[in-house]
Amino acid sequence: MDKIHSMPKRVGAIKFGLISPREVRKMSITPIITADTYDDDGYPIDMGLMDLRLGVIDPGLKCKSCGSRAGECPGHFGHIELVAPVIHIGFNKIIRKILRSTCRKCSKLLLEPAKKDEYLSQLNTLKEIGHLPETYVNEIFKEARKAKNCPYCGEEQLEIKFEKPSDYIEDGEKLTPTEIRDRLENITDDDVRVMGMNPETARPEWMILTVLPVPPVTVRPSITLESGQRSEDDLTHKLVDIIRINQRFQENREAGAPQLIIEDLWELLQYHVTTYFDNEVSGVPPARHRSGRPLKTLTQRLKGKEGRFRGSLSGKRVNFSARTVVSPDPNLSINEVGIPYEIAKHMTIPLKVITSNIDILKKYVSNGRLIYPGANYVVRGDGKRVKITEINSEELAEKLEIGWTVERQLIDGDIVLFNRQPSLHKMSIMAHTVKVLPYKTFRLNPSVCPPYNADFDGDEMNLHVLQNYEAMAEAKILMQVQENILSPRFGGPIIGGIHDHISGMFLLTRNEKNVNKNDALELLRKAEVRELPEPMGYDEVGDPFWSGKQIFSQILPKGLNLEFSAEVCMKCDTCKKKECEHDSYVFIEDGELISGTIDERAIGAFKGLVLDKIVKEFGTTRGSQFIDDVTKLAIRGIMRTGLSFGISDEDIPKEAQVQIQKSLVTAETEVSKLIAAYEAKELDPFPGRTLDETIELSIMQKLGKARDQAGNIAGNYLGLENSAVIMARSGARGSMLNLTQMAGCVGQQAVRGERIRRGYSGRTLPHFDKGDLGAHAHGFVKSSYKSGLNPTEYFFHAIGGREGLVDTAVRTSQSGYLQRRLVNALQDLEVQYDRTVRETRGVIVQFKYGEDGIDSTKSDYGEPEFVHKVVKSVTGKEVV
Amino acid sequence: MKKFSLLNHERIPMHEIMAEDEISSVLKQYGIGKEQLPKIKVNDPVIKEINATVGDVVKITRINPTSGKSYYYRLVIE
Repeated sequence: MDKIHSMPKRVGAIKFGLISPREVRKMSITPIITADTYDDDGYPIDMGLMDLRLGVIDPGLKCKSCGSRAGECPGHFGHIELVAPVIHIGFNKIIRKILRSTCRKCSKLLLEPAKKDEYLSQLNTLKEIGHLPETYVNEIFKEARKAKNCPYCGEEQLEIKFEKPSDYIEDGEKLTPTEIRDRLENITDDDVRVMGMNPETARPEWMILTVLPVPPVTVRPSITLESGQRSEDDLTHKLVDIIRINQRFQENREAGAPQLIIEDLWELLQYHVTTYFDNEVSGVPPARHRSGRPLKTLTQRLKGKEGRFRGSLSGKRVNFSARTVVSPDPNLSINEVGIPYEIAKHMTIPLKVITSNIDILKKYVSNGRLIYPGANYVVRGDGKRVKITEINSEELAEKLEIGWTVERQLIDGDIVLFNRQPSLHKMSIMAHTVKVLPYKTFRLNPSVCPPYNADFDGDEMNLHVLQNYEAMAEAKILMQVQENILSPRFGGPIIGGIHDHISGMFLLTRNEKNVNKNDALELLRKAEVRELPEPMGYDEVGDPFWSGKQIFSQILPKGLNLEFSAEVCMKCDTCKKKECEHDSYVFIEDGELISGTIDERAIGAFKGLVLDKIVKEFGTTRGSQFIDDVTKLAIRGIMRTGLSFGISDEDIPKEAQVQIQKSLVTAETEVSKLIAAYEAKELDPFPGRTLDETIELSIMQKLGKARDQAGNIAGNYLGLENSAVIMARSGARGSMLNLTQMAGCVGQQAVRGERIRRGYSGRTLPHFDKGDLGAHAHGFVKSSYKSGLNPTEYFFHAIGGREGLVDTAVRTSQSGYLQRRLVNALQDLEVQYDRTVRETRGVIVQFKYGEDGIDSTKSDYGEPEFVHKVVKSVTGKEVV
Repeated sequence: MKKFSLLNHERIPMHEIMAEDEISSVLKQYGIGKEQLPKIKVNDPVIKEINATVGDVVKITRINPTSGKSYYYRLVIE
């Protein structure tokens, strides 16, 4: 095989123009005149749509035009001579503009000669700078349209109305395509230039079709069904229609048929040509297949997500990839991914046989593809690829020699890429280490869910196997999970403890809890801790015990110093720091947790300060080890005490319920007082608000306060021994608002930030009086989820809930489109080694990345400098 | 009516026309030709204010909290 080495070339220019009838005829190999495709013997008819000169699609046959076989022959165009001209549907907009700005008699552009020269020179300068002339050309058309009389022949200009899909009406009379074409033909080349077109490549009359190119059969291949019946492509069907009408038109005209029939046929021809180009034009009923399915014509092939551009050219399918459902496995490291045996057996990595690996590769080859770990293919020294089967595996293993290549199956420790769509940021594709496991799902550590935005309700993920060492090394250095713990989005960790990890650490480290030796060893079993520290004390029997804080300290690196307020911090007026009575000031000295509770603020994804510090100071490897340790410790910690939640956890005592009721009733009476004041017109409007707005706002405010109050009362009776409160306060899951709604009062339901007002005239539901402004009539839900909603409340709740769903649906599609446009605009920008940002031509966009050269991943939560903290850590003194 | 200078506005960074030797040292530093610099239109209000002409290179000094001072160079175009 001779390889053609071609130099990469830069495209100098792309020129777009209109295709002229002459060009169509020139590139055509034959006119197409019969609508039939095959004769009775199943042989293609000459000058029919399947003419053998249009190219070959059946294997084994040779093209009548070029002599090449199917696959080599690119196909050849034919053409149809249209009996009467028709409008090309794609050019209506510009045809309209041209008709309106040229004289109806002499076809001159309706501008004074001096004006024309001025516009022309301006267009030329625009072209020189490389600007698009479009907006400017529109201005020219606008100017020309203003003329009432032709400045050349004095003819009065009439208004031309355009009617969808392709009718032009001048003074109540429809212009035929022939008339339009005549007008366009008479426009001088010089005028065409002023209209921003190049008459050599785009004469305006070419926008009216007189001859139609027929695409080669390779563009519209027919399929032979199992029954031996042929099924033609949609385009072929459409072309058959065009030829048929064309023929009928011709026959009728030659026979001297009445004008009315001719016009009907002309319109029909226009319809078929229109739908041949685009079957989704507004105002035109789509052409349908016999089955009723709309035909997929030219525009439909190109347009949209599955069209030629987005579906075939930008979108790619790849080999060495796998896809299946994901499920969690907390025993895996964050850097690992669990892969089913079935997948590992199909995925291969090519390895060159060398002296140091020949023995193991021989073993793989002799194992074949069925015994894991084996190999699926060998590439012999002569470059021939041989499939390993049960029959030849031993023989191939015997023959294996240095210089061959073995495609061995995936084994533990290989580097693969793992991805979940939508791939919105760089952490959507990360490199993982393979761990081959039984069962049929990909397994991943739940801590890496946030960067992928994955959960396990049926999510599927993709896997790509790297095929050479260079790629594997690059992936390991740049893309491995541990290298992506810190997100460039906010300079903090995006991977960290979630849900139970946070509750677990919270339960373990909050206040002083005594842990006996058995439990201590059990807790730390999974972490690489082999020695317990000095016990905190001894119990009455004399057995040693440790505190939860001490246990946690065992997985912290030595030399870690850190202090911050925990998530549970009460935000007191004066912080007592280490002496905090709520145990919410975290103080870590030399890897020892002295005080404070470990919660979301310490180890959580997005917020974890301890995580952040460890990764930045002790490196990514230590960081990933810490995440592995902390999650495993937390899971043991949560299992030691247990954490469950049930309906009885929402129970609040009788007196609390009475209090809540009381506060809600007070709020309601206050609302009715407000309404009374409003109706008596005694209400003072807020500045800049109408009276109606004022009453709405005050009611909303009153009811919002009532809900919060109910929440506070409920919250006071639900202490930190309540598991939902633990979860909410530690940041593990849920919020105090969720709890308020469950135990206290659901509160006001809103649509577009306002109380619910839609429904019947003057009222939301027939259960209320017209004009009732009261809380209940406009979506205030007094009940709690636990006590249950009454029917009207339930209905309002459904309204509010639906708005939320609609919002998310709209938001995702909008932000998806925004992302697509941003990425398309920015994808070619690159940070160079000199820290400039440049595009492909080498034109500088930024002289220093971000104008300040800061890598947000390495900065301290987006802070530009770190010097103050370094000085403090060394001297122990705060500096300004 | 009193005329205000754009240059005194706090949101407009300092723009100054660069001397020929200064330009060549910048171009040399980045290893580029003049046409690879970012552009600014000659009818930009700031360019009008400092009376720069097509072909000039303006130096823009921006002050921001993360980098202190940063420089940006733009080629004036038609």
